[in-house]
This record gives sequence, C-alpha cells and structure tokens, in this order.
Amino acid sequence: MNDLAPHKVATSRSLDIVMEGLAKRRKAELRFRAYGLISIIAALLFLLILFSSIISKGYSAFLYTNVALDITFDPQIIDPEGTRSSDALSGADYDALWKSAVYRLFPEVTDRQKKRALSGFVGSSAGQRLRAMVKAEPELIGTTRRVWLPVDDNIDMLAKGHLGEVSELNDRNRDSQGWLVTLQNQDRIRKAINQEFFTNGDSREPEAAGIWGAVSGSAFTLLVTIGLSLPIGIAAAIYLEEFASRDRWTDFIEVNINNLAAVPSIVFGLLGLAVFINIFGLPRSSPLVGGLVLTLMTLPVIIIAGRSALKSVPPSVREAALGIGASPAQMVFDHVLPLAMPGMLTGAIIGTARALGESAPLLMIGMVAFIVDVPTGLTSPATVLPVQIYLWADSPERAFVERTSAAIMVLLVFLIVMNGLAVYLRKRYERRW
Amino acid sequence: MTTYTASISMSDPNAEHYLLAPHERASPVKPREKATNVKFDRDHRETIGEYTSASARIRCRNVDVFYGEKPAVQDINLDIGNNQVIALIGPSGCGKSTFLRCLNRMNDTIQDCRVTGDISMDGKPIYGQDVDVVPLRAQVGMVFQKPNPFPKSIFENVAYGPRIHGLVNAKSELEEIVEKSLRRAGLWDEVKDRLAQPGTGLSGGQQQRLCIARTIAVNPEVILMDEPCSALDPIATAKIEQLIDELRELYTIVIVTHSMQQAARVSQRTAYFHLGHLIEVGETAQVFTHPQHQLTEDYITGRFG
Amino acid sequence: MEKSNLLMLIVLLGVAAYYRGTHRAESLIAKNGPRLHSLPGFYGYYMALWSTLPALLVMVFWQLGEGHVMTAGALAVLPEEMTKADASQISLLINDIRNAASESTYAQANPVIQAAADRYLQLGRQSNLLLTILSLCVSLVGALFAHRQIKPTFRARNQVEKVLTVSLVSCALLAILTTVGIVLSVLIESVRFFQMVPVTDFIFGLKWSPQIAMRSDQVGSSGAFGAIPLVTGTLLISLVAMIVAVPIGLLSAIYLSEYSGPRFRSTAKPLLEILAGIPTVVYGFFAALVVAPFIRDLGTSVGLDVSSESALAAGLVMGIMIIPFVSSLSDDFINAVPQSLRDGAYALGATQSETIRQVVMPAALPGVVGGILLAVSRAIGETMIVVMAAGLSANLTFNPLAAVTTVTTQIVTLLVGDQEFDSPKTLAAFALGLVLFLLTLALNILALRIVRKYREQYE
Repeated sequence: MNDLAPHKVATSRSLDIVMEGLAKRRKAELRFRAYGLISIIAALLFLLILFSSIISKGYSAFLYTNVALDITFDPQIIDPEGTRSSDALSGADYDALWKSAVYRLFPEVTDRQKKRALSGFVGSSAGQRLRAMVKAEPELIGTTRRVWLPVDDNIDMLAKGHLGEVSELNDRNRDSQGWLVTLQNQDRIRKAINQEFFTNGDSREPEAAGIWGAVSGSAFTLLVTIGLSLPIGIAAAIYLEEFASRDRWTDFIEVNINNLAAVPSIVFGLLGLAVFINIFGLPRSSPLVGGLVLTLMTLPVIIIAGRSALKSVPPSVREAALGIGASPAQMVFDHVLPLAMPGMLTGAIIGTARALGESAPLLMIGMVAFIVDVPTGLTSPATVLPVQIYLWADSPERAFVERTSAAIMVLLVFLIVMNGLAVYLRKRYERRW
Repeated sequence: MTTYTASISMSDPNAEHYLLAPHERASPVKPREKATNVKFDRDHRETIGEYTSASARIRCRNVDVFYGEKPAVQDINLDIGNNQVIALIGPSGCGKSTFLRCLNRMNDTIQDCRVTGDISMDGKPIYGQDVDVVPLRAQVGMVFQKPNPFPKSIFENVAYGPRIHGLVNAKSELEEIVEKSLRRAGLWDEVKDRLAQPGTGLSGGQQQRLCIARTIAVNPEVILMDEPCSALDPIATAKIEQLIDELRELYTIVIVTHSMQQAARVSQRTAYFHLGHLIEVGETAQVFTHPQHQLTEDYITGRFG
Repeated sequence: MEKSNLLMLIVLLGVAAYYRGTHRAESLIAKNGPRLHSLPGFYGYYMALWSTLPALLVMVFWQLGEGHVMTAGALAVLPEEMTKADASQISLLINDIRNAASESTYAQANPVIQAAADRYLQLGRQSNLLLTILSLCVSLVGALFAHRQIKPTFRARNQVEKVLTVSLVSCALLAILTTVGIVLSVLIESVRFFQMVPVTDFIFGLKWSPQIAMRSDQVGSSGAFGAIPLVTGTLLISLVAMIVAVPIGLLSAIYLSEYSGPRFRSTAKPLLEILAGIPTVVYGFFAALVVAPFIRDLGTSVGLDVSSESALAAGLVMGIMIIPFVSSLSDDFINAVPQSLRDGAYALGATQSETIRQVVMPAALPGVVGGILLAVSRAIGETMIVVMAAGLSANLTFNPLAAVTTVTTQIVTLLVGDQEFDSPKTLAAFALGLVLFLLTLALNILALRIVRKYREQYE
C-alpha cells in the first residue's frame, strides 16, 4: 500500500477526458434509443398494414350487389298441370324465369354468345331463391313481381370495382360493365347486406358461400375443447401445485408439460390421426376429434396458467384453513380455488382463443374437407373457421379473396371478444396480496 | 487479518467505547453527564451544529426530496468537506440513503422521485438543467449496500469504468489502472492470480472491495457509500473500515451506516437524520459524547434504532 | 336407449344417490346424536361416486369395443370373397356399410352391402339395449353397496378425498400420456416407413419427390424420400424469420422496459401482443396475398428473379409473428436483472445505453438465448404460413429469393386428401413428424434448461 500518492492532477485530467468523450457517447445513446423506438414502430406498422389490408379487402364482402328483375311467375313453366303439389313446385325450372326476365331487359342482345353472357349476369343461386319464394307463397304463380336477386360473383366484383378500370377489362367484362351501367341508370342495382355470408355453409359458388357452417363447426369443436380441457387442466394444476410432493416424479411431469406447450401444433394433429381416428375409430372430420386434439394442445397452457394462479394465493390462506382443522382437500376447494379461479379462467380463455385460431392440426384429421352442410352434432363432418379461411384462400375465384378477408375479420372479432373478456376478468378480479 | 484493529485511527479517544462489540460492553452506552448538555427537545427540527465546512466540496441548501407527493427528506443543509469522511446515521427510513443518492443523482433512476433545493459541487449546481450526469457520476462514485459486481471477470469489473470513459488508450495502461485500483482496495494480493475469473465468484467482503476498486478506477473525487458493510461479516467489515480510513487521504467520502460503532470508527464528522430531517451535525466525537439534541441522545444511547 | 340419454340417466341417478346418502347420514345423526365421522354431504358424495363411476367405466369400455364387434359382425354377413381383400379395401367396404347404415346418401346400395348394413344396425340396437341394462344395473348395485356402508364410524370424507386425489393425479398424468402418445404414434408409423425406405436414404437423401410413389405397385421404386432439402428449407425460412424477429423483438423489449414511460408502455405492449394473438392462417393469407407479390415486384423492379413463393416472404411474415414472442420473453429476462447491477453501472457514470448493452444484456443473455431458442423451435414447427406462402418445390438452396418447401408443408401435403396407410407417401409424413418432434424437443429441452438455470440465478 505504498502507491497511495495523491492524484489531484490526474483527477482533473480524467474529468477532462470524460468531458471530451461525452458528445460521442451521447450520440450513441440517442442512436440506441432510436433503434428501440424504430423497432416498436416497425412492429406496429406491420400490424397496421396487416389489419388495413385485410379490412380493405374484406369489408366489401359484407355487402352484395343485387339486381331487380321483373319476374313473371309463369304457370306454364312452374306448374303446367296446375296441381300445385310440392313435388311439382320443387322440380320446376326456375332458372328459365329469371333468364327470360333478363332477356326482356335487353331485347337488343340477340347474338347467342352475348345472350349466354347475359344469362351469366345473374348469380346461379337465383333459381333457388325463386323456388323458395314460390314454395312459401304459391299465390305468386301467375303474377309478375319485381324481385331483387343476387348478381353473379364476377359482376359483383365488377360493380365493386375490384377488376380495375374500364379500360383494363376484357371484352366480356366490358359488355357486362355496359349492362351494369344501364341497369344502374334504371335504379335496378343496389347493394344489400350479404345475409348468405352469415347463414350459409360453404359453396363452390362465391355468392352462395357462407361462414355459418364453419362457425358452427368451430363452436362444436370448442365445446369439446372447453368441456374437457378446463376441468382436466384445473385438476392437473391443483394436483401439481397443492398435493404433489416435490420429487423427481413431479419434476418429470412439469418438464413434460412445459415441453408439450412448445411442441408444434401439427404434431398434435399427427397424434390425433394415429390415435383417435386410426386406433379408436372415431369419425374423421368431426368436431369431436378436432376438439380432442385441441384439448391436448390447450391443456399445457391451462395447466401452466392455473399453476401460476394458485401460486399467487398467499400461503397464509392455506395455513389459516389448515389451522382451523380443514383437510387438505377442503383447504384447496373451499379456500384456495375460489381465490385462484379468476386467474385460472383468464388462462383458460387465452388457451381457448388460441385453439379457436388453430388450423394446422385440424388439417391432419380431415377437417379440411369441402363440406356444404352445416354440422348438426359432434360427429357430423365439419370444418372450422380458420380452416375455412385456408380453403377459401386457396380458391382461384376473385370473389373468394374478399370472402376470405371477411371471414378473417369475423374470426378476429371472436378473438378480440375472447381476449377482451380475459383482460376484463384479470382487471376485475386482480388482487394484490 | 490479524492486525486490523491496530490500524483503525480514532479522532477521539473517548469514542473508544464504540469499538467494542455490544456484548463486550459492561452496560449500554453510558449516559454521559446526564441530560444537562442536551439542549433541544424531541420536537425541535432545525439542524443543530455546524453544517457548513470551510473546505466544502459539495454544498447542500434547503434540499427536499419527494417520492410522488410524499416527502422523504426535508430541508437539508449540509456541506461535505474535502478529504474527510462524513457519516450519515439515523434509524431506518430516516432518509439518509435517499439524501446520499441525491449527491450523484442516482435518484434519477427512480420514477416519481423529485429533488428540490440546491446541491452544488465545487460551486456548480448538480441538479441544473444542462448538467450531464455522466461526468458528475465519474466525479462522484458510489458503493452500494449489497455488493453488486457485474457478471464479468474481476479484471473487466475494474476495467469497465475507465473503458467507457475512455480514460486509457493502451492495454498496458488499463492493466496498470486495474492493478492500482485493486491494490488501493486491498484486493490485489487475493485476486492477482485469477483476474479472469468472474467477480461473482468472490466472497461477500471481496466482492465489496471489488466494487470499491471498480469505483476508484474511474478516479472519482467523492465516494458515496450506502451501508457498505451491512451485508458483510465482522472480519470483512473491519477490512472495509480500514480501507475507508486509508482512502480518506485521496477522496472525500460520505458513508451511510446503521452501525454507530462504525460511524465512530471511520468518520470525522457525523450527521444524524431523523424522519427526513437532519437533526444534528458535528465532529464525530462531539456528536457521540455530547449530543445536543434529545433525539440524537436517544438514538446513540440505544433507545431506538 | 341413446347413449347420451343413458349418460344423463346415470348422472341423474348419481344426483339421487347424493341426496339419498346425505339424507341417510342426517337421519343417523338424528338417531345417534352428532357423532358421525364426516359431514353428511360426504356420505352423499360417496354414494354418488359409487353409483356413477363404475357405470361410466362400463360405458367407456363398451364404447371402445362396440365398434369392432359391430363391424366384425357386419363383415361376417358378407360373402367370403369380398372380405378376403387387403386392408384398404376392407376399410372402404366398412365405410360403405356405415354409409348404408346411416342411409343418408346412398339408398341404392347393392343388396349385399344393404344386408350387412342391416346386420350392423341390428347389432347396434342389441348392443345399446345390453349396455343400458348392464350400466343401470352396475349403477344401482354400486349405490346399494355404498348405502349399506354408511355408518357413523365410516370415514366417508377420506374415501371421497381419496377418489378425488386419484382423479387429480390421473389428470396430471394425462400430460405424460400425451407425450407417450405423440412419441408412439409417430414412431410406429415411422418404423413402418423405414421398412419401405431405408433410413439412410431418408436422412441423407438430397432429393424429395414423394409424388412418384403414389401408386401402390411402385412402392419405394421411384419415389425419392431424401429429407435434406426439406430440412434446409425449414432452416432457411426460420433463419429469415429470426433475422426479422430477434432484433426487432429484442430492441422493442429493451425500449419498453428501459426507456419508455409507463403510458407509452401500457399502450404499445398490448398492441405488440395483438401480433401474437392473430391466428397463423391469417398470417399465411397475408403472406401469400400481400407480402409475396410485393417482394416479387420489388425484386423484378431491381432486376432480381424472385420466386412468387419465395422463402423471404414466408420467413418475413413468420418473423413478424414471432416478434411479440421474442419481445415478451426478453422483457421478462431483462426485468429479472437486478436493479443493483444497473445502479452499479450508473454510479460509474455509464450512460443508459452503455448500461443496457454492456451490463444488463450480458446478464440477461442466457435467458434471452433460451427465449430465442424457443422462438426458433416455434418457427420450425410453424405450419400455416409456410403451407400458404412457401411452395412445394423441394429445392436444395440457400437463396432466400427462391422457393423452398418445409417439413411441415410436406406433412400437410402428404396427409391432406386420401390417405392409404400402407403407402410410403402417407407414412413419410409420420417420419417427417418424427424429425420435427425430435428437432423441436431438443431445442425446447435445451432452451427450458437454460431459462430455468437463468431464473434460479436471480431468485
């Protein structure tokens, strides 16, 4: 300790050195700070682009272009024998009704090809609509009514301006554009809420394709998922947190659960295919199998959330319960569990929201099939909303792009509601000990 | 290790009493000459004693510190003299650490902490708008309650300060500074063969001396110490105290301590804080033997702690 | 009786048993004074458990066996030459029979099938009747047994709690069962696959073209099952994703935890987390519809030849998806670094960025590395984005502008549509599943171990 000589000179010098380097260091500081801010802005910008591109592409799907046609419900076509029997009314050629109505609007179109194009102006589901009208009200036969019918999906795209400027259109579309303008001038064109989109199942025809089948498929699937994963997950969390002794065995289960939470979802699909379908023989494409697969996938999330909710209940509550002679089970179920329940439910909702958005494992178990019928139960073939989005995204028709985006918007609304509920629960029951 | 008691310098032989561990004393601190020289009762809040200093490095006037709306420290006037050790004592929560952290603006890192009043170093206000905390902290170093070596090697721990401030250009200079700082901190002989090992692997006392070495490597003028021995065992504490006494020659030291014995052993001046107020300040020996304020008397006689 | 109705009935029986048991315990109190071992409710629970659990077990096992017996019975009706076919044709046959039995679509099935379907339905009815009688009997016997056990000294609470504990344990064990199920299901099919295609061809093969081997008479002869191009494709896309996600995620986390004020943080953080909540199929659609064409046009405008299904587009979007994952994990680890270390650096006069870069980050590094490994594992296992935005062409390339395919994409392609469980094409999907599982398992275990160790360091 002999080099303790005073360093007053050195001190003032070192302060000078510090001051010298300061400007550079302050600049580096600002730069670093800017990187952070830029990163956040970039991430949020991505989010903005994502949402705006989906909304801008999808909002128009909620409206659909309809055309007003003066339909003559000609008894000769509908029911020439006059029996008015249900069979006769169902079997009639309703397409002829609207086709003749369209031709009457444009008597100048005589060329066969153009006439065919003209008949393609109205959507192919128009016949079914007319049939439904007549069956509901047979008195219509013999009258002439102005009926609003959906146009063809290509015409709808044209009317919404999705096909580009007039100059960019091909010949056929240019003809259609001309007719569209004519009809618009006659007030025969309007945009109406696209009810079919919300009430129909899937269809090859964009104008008839709806999300109701997929939404009910998702509902049935989630029913199974919630019904199984919630009780099982909570039970497992209670066991691991409150009853299990801390030993290698519990440790092993814990590592297992943590690892399962990070296993790719598609692997759960392989499990579902091999076990539930091939070994147990459960029906393919059914919400039951989908729900089981998603249950296995969601369980780790619920168990982990449940455990941390239980952990946040202070030991004093347990000691107090045990201190007045409650059994461990009574202590857990009467005192700890009610306090941990909001946290557990929050975790469960977040897990379920993830399951609602999941599609990869469901592709494995056949929920990707083209299914027109709205599912009626846990074992009827079904698809779910995200898979429906995947299917539509793959469809070549231009009109499916806006339907895909619209379906995404519906899915996101569901997810936002669920996550909002989770946030609300957390805020409402948040407790600080 | 065996000679540490001998080297402790005492500014006042009367304070020897405090050198003994509590259980070695015959009775708690003897009430000296009864209460005759205690002039101020417990409600008095103005600072008693000489708070100014002829060789003041840091001058504090009317300093208030608030956490949010809650005042933590109120109306402090105190000078920190050059090349002396001043001890800040007082019961827990009395604001001594808060005040200490004002001196190099460490309170800046705490949200909603607000400091008013004037604190100046060598005549320059340190809470001025245009003051950069970086050179301030290079001048006013700090050692914390719990040893907090960086998760780096021993060498890197000490070299970190000179490196960020650009104090050295060549590697040899850096090695020189590291060695000198470790020597001054009395750690060199213990670690010279394992400079590349992580600093977190040292014992608590060694870690604290490493933190002191790290602080003096930047060549500061003032060193703030926030209960530097509270996490250490008695032997390590004695080493640090010896070190403080040696460092006094080069640096101005402000030490916060819970231990009255420590204050008596290492400091020349002592300031007693109570509930955010600076109650009494004076020569250490004087404060401990003839406290002027009833609260100081109560504290040093162990009526509360 | 319909099974759902039967289930309801048994549950109702359970509720009745609960009330009966409770009532009996209460009457015992009335007779003998309050010296029952447990609260009356526990006797009720005890009785309810005995009346439902055994009956439910019977139902579960019945359900597992019933299908096999029914199809076997139905097949036995068919002429022998029809059932001598191979496994896939039999499964087709079974499908026909089931369809005919559900009589929804094919009313015009051929008479042989129709006869089998009738037999099938008849067996089903018999089975249901038998099950109803059996399970109700079991339920009543169980209730009776429990009822006779109810005495003042009987420890009903302990019994009920024992059942409770056992059921809790079995719920926890389900996690292990799931892992075992995953391992076995991919392993068994993989072994079958490796009987047809040598393991070495799969692991070291440079060519992947499973389509050629679609027809069963071509098994293994001309299909190429080299997994290397898939693995490199997966890694390429994951690499692009990590190049996007790691800096953005890490820097955002640093900014949010070290620089931003509470108000900015409380808006920006949930917004960032929205990115994590968006379903992957949405990202896939976004990648295919917006990002891929944008990158292709951008490339064309500077004279680059960019594939319309470039690895860059898929990786970029995947990176965006992973940003919040990286940032929230990093945030946790950065916050776990004790304030005392920051104070130490500030007290030396370090600036905030110096403190973060040179003290906080090195201290948080193990945790952050663990988090990044978890993110990589996530990128490797991600399916929908690559299925929708990456191609199917198995190119062995490291050019991010070219089209590559991934392990997950191929699993989906091989398994969507008709599956034949004896063709290497279908089985290859399980072999790829095994690769995927092992790869992510190794990453996860490594990452979780690092993270755990890191957490212990600062606890």
